[in-house]
Amino acid sequence: METLNYLNDGHGLASWLLTKDHKRIALLYLGSITAFFAIGGFFAMLVRLELLTPAGDLLASETYNKMFTMHGVVMVFFFLIPSIPATLGNFLIPIMIGAKDLAFPRINLLSWYIYMLGGIFTMVAALSGGVDTGWTFYTPYSTAAANSHVITAALGVFITGFSSILTGLNFIVTIHRMRAPGLTWFRLPLFVWAHYATSLIMILGTPVIAITVLMVAAERVLHLGIFDPALGGDPVLFQHLFWFYSHPAVYIMILPAMGVISEIVQAFSRKNIFGYSFIAFSSLAIAVIGFLVWGHHLFVAGQSVYAGMLFSILSFMVAIPSAIKVFNWTATMYKGSVWLQSPMLYAIGFVGLFTIGGLTGLFLAAMGLDIHVHDTYFVVAHFHYIMVGGAIMGYLGGLHYWWPKITGKMYPEPWAKLAAAIVFVGFNLTFFPQFVAGYLGMPRRYHAYPPEFQVWNVLSSAGASILAVGYVLPLIYLIHSLFYGARAATDPWGAKGLEWEIPSPPPTENFEITPIITHGTHQYEPSKEVGIA
Amino acid sequence: MPEGRAEHYPGPIHQPPVKAGTVHDGQAVDALHAHHPKLQHHFDAMEQQAEASTLGMWVFLVTEIMFFGGLFMAYLVYRSASPAAFQEGSAHLSIGWGAFNTAVLIFSSLTMAMAVRSAQIGRPAKTQVGWLLATMALGATFLGVKVIEYSDKFRHHIVPGPFFDASQWEHPAGVEMFYSLYFCMTGLHALHMIVGIGIMTVIAIMAWRNQFDADYYTPVEVSGLYWHFVDIVWIFLFPLLYLIGRHYHG
Repeated sequence: METLNYLNDGHGLASWLLTKDHKRIALLYLGSITAFFAIGGFFAMLVRLELLTPAGDLLASETYNKMFTMHGVVMVFFFLIPSIPATLGNFLIPIMIGAKDLAFPRINLLSWYIYMLGGIFTMVAALSGGVDTGWTFYTPYSTAAANSHVITAALGVFITGFSSILTGLNFIVTIHRMRAPGLTWFRLPLFVWAHYATSLIMILGTPVIAITVLMVAAERVLHLGIFDPALGGDPVLFQHLFWFYSHPAVYIMILPAMGVISEIVQAFSRKNIFGYSFIAFSSLAIAVIGFLVWGHHLFVAGQSVYAGMLFSILSFMVAIPSAIKVFNWTATMYKGSVWLQSPMLYAIGFVGLFTIGGLTGLFLAAMGLDIHVHDTYFVVAHFHYIMVGGAIMGYLGGLHYWWPKITGKMYPEPWAKLAAAIVFVGFNLTFFPQFVAGYLGMPRRYHAYPPEFQVWNVLSSAGASILAVGYVLPLIYLIHSLFYGARAATDPWGAKGLEWEIPSPPPTENFEITPIITHGTHQYEPSKEVGIA
Repeated sequence: MPEGRAEHYPGPIHQPPVKAGTVHDGQAVDALHAHHPKLQHHFDAMEQQAEASTLGMWVFLVTEIMFFGGLFMAYLVYRSASPAAFQEGSAHLSIGWGAFNTAVLIFSSLTMAMAVRSAQIGRPAKTQVGWLLATMALGATFLGVKVIEYSDKFRHHIVPGPFFDASQWEHPAGVEMFYSLYFCMTGLHALHMIVGIGIMTVIAIMAWRNQFDADYYTPVEVSGLYWHFVDIVWIFLFPLLYLIGRHYHG
């Protein structure tokens, strides 16, 4: 006889679409971001297919422009930004702090509907002819020249931004006001700290992109001249406002993944994190300094050289808290009882790939070198190492780690290990050659290229097909496990934390009575042997 | 939790780690604030619920500051780029109407504060609704004046875009930019006023139905926070748009 939990507490479509339970809303998000990931991946596949040969033979240049634009828009705004916060964060934050729900359950559901509405706008833009401005919507191209569906896509981004704002607002209030008695700030799991920092960026940055996109739309519709040089406007102002959000947005993607990694590394090393407060504060430091580095996107946009120097120094500084995290994860594994289950494979993969992505970010923060590699595939490779090698590895690791808790079912471990290995190999084969091609001078955003770059592009496209297998595999075995997986125990990993003390899957109310916390939520004792459930 | 569901639970599963010093006094908390009808299931106490709502509104207002901030940034950049044009454009705005509207909004903040206070100390529904209606009327007055001002701009062809009459200005490009920002900033502000009046309508209906008391008046309070914020935005817009360079002429 199955006990009552959030999954069987209410049946039918309405019980899902009108739910106020943070756990069900997390699953609504999980389903929709998976769909958007598939759509964004489809666009990426067409891009990689086109680039197999030097000639622009598969897609016309306009079509190619639309493909990489839609790939960027969908992946950034509809997959990466909501990925971990809206699914794992939504599911876990109330449980990790001993609360029954987020502070504003109705707003939480509203944010999912807003997200879907924004997604529909973007899909309409894609189906009715697409957008070719690049995901950055740079003016004056987006306001004056492009005759694609800029307004529809921009409105999609504008709308979905409010979903992000509301999620961040909900998390901040929840973490401030809903912590169980005794759960002080420095007893919080690092996953919660990471989401707190992420939420700060969401509420401070997202409104700026919203108003910027609105100005672009107003300029296109009402023929104002805010960014139009012919009318006294300044297109570079757009770039400033855009990157004021969009650079910190990179940290919206990576910080939650860092929170996931901090949890996984502890659980699978059977050791408390090395330097808890350093990791907690480094999340905040990344959020704060991350707001002061946007100018490194404008090194060749006519920005004053002194501003450039300042932004360059600040960009170097933001690497420090990131490096602290990498050192502390490594130090946590050191002399721990490392257990190489699939979440840990993703976590170790994350540490390596994020390090490469971060270090190449320093190349780009150096003004002289940036001029050489600006707008080349070097940049493309760099941010894919952070976003795919970092954020998606963290997302997949976290999804596997908490899958037994979320669904109450165990996934097949051998398949998961295989998928993790395929993702790692496929990823590196896809993106490492792009560093080389970019350094040799191959520019981004062209559908044709000189033949000497072909070898790197063939390698990259081959890697992309391997990567695709690595992404489809989990989709298959995770869904399979829903029906045929073994029943998951309360704490299948022998991990510590409030979420591992309530049943899998959790009951609707999470905690029948609010727990009182008397110590930090992670108490690993490395000497003790813990077996698999 | 609905009656009868408890039996499905397999025992006391939600206990925190049973370790030294781990205690539970949830019942004590419940008893202290025994089930106010407005207490939502996921909060332990009315205070927690009220604090969450007010913090939520404050955080939302922070996002609003950043939202308007983008426009203020654009204003800063373009005014410093063409100060003379901004002064020229500003001279066509009516200080009289602007000052009148400023007074109207400040006064509406007072009536709003009175509405919050009357809900907090449990004044009769009629009093609460009275203050709310006064606030809404003042908001509507502000919007009415805005309509007068906007239609004046349309009449004189100083609305940016294809119908903008460049011939009447010394610095037409800069003046058009000034009016682009004028319409974006005051338009966005007016939109917030309209939303505010909509919120007041809901709050007034709730007040009329006697929903507020000393333990539960958060909706009035957070709506008040929003209203004051919208007022404050205008306090910045008025000098930035209407009063540029006026001190030169006395």
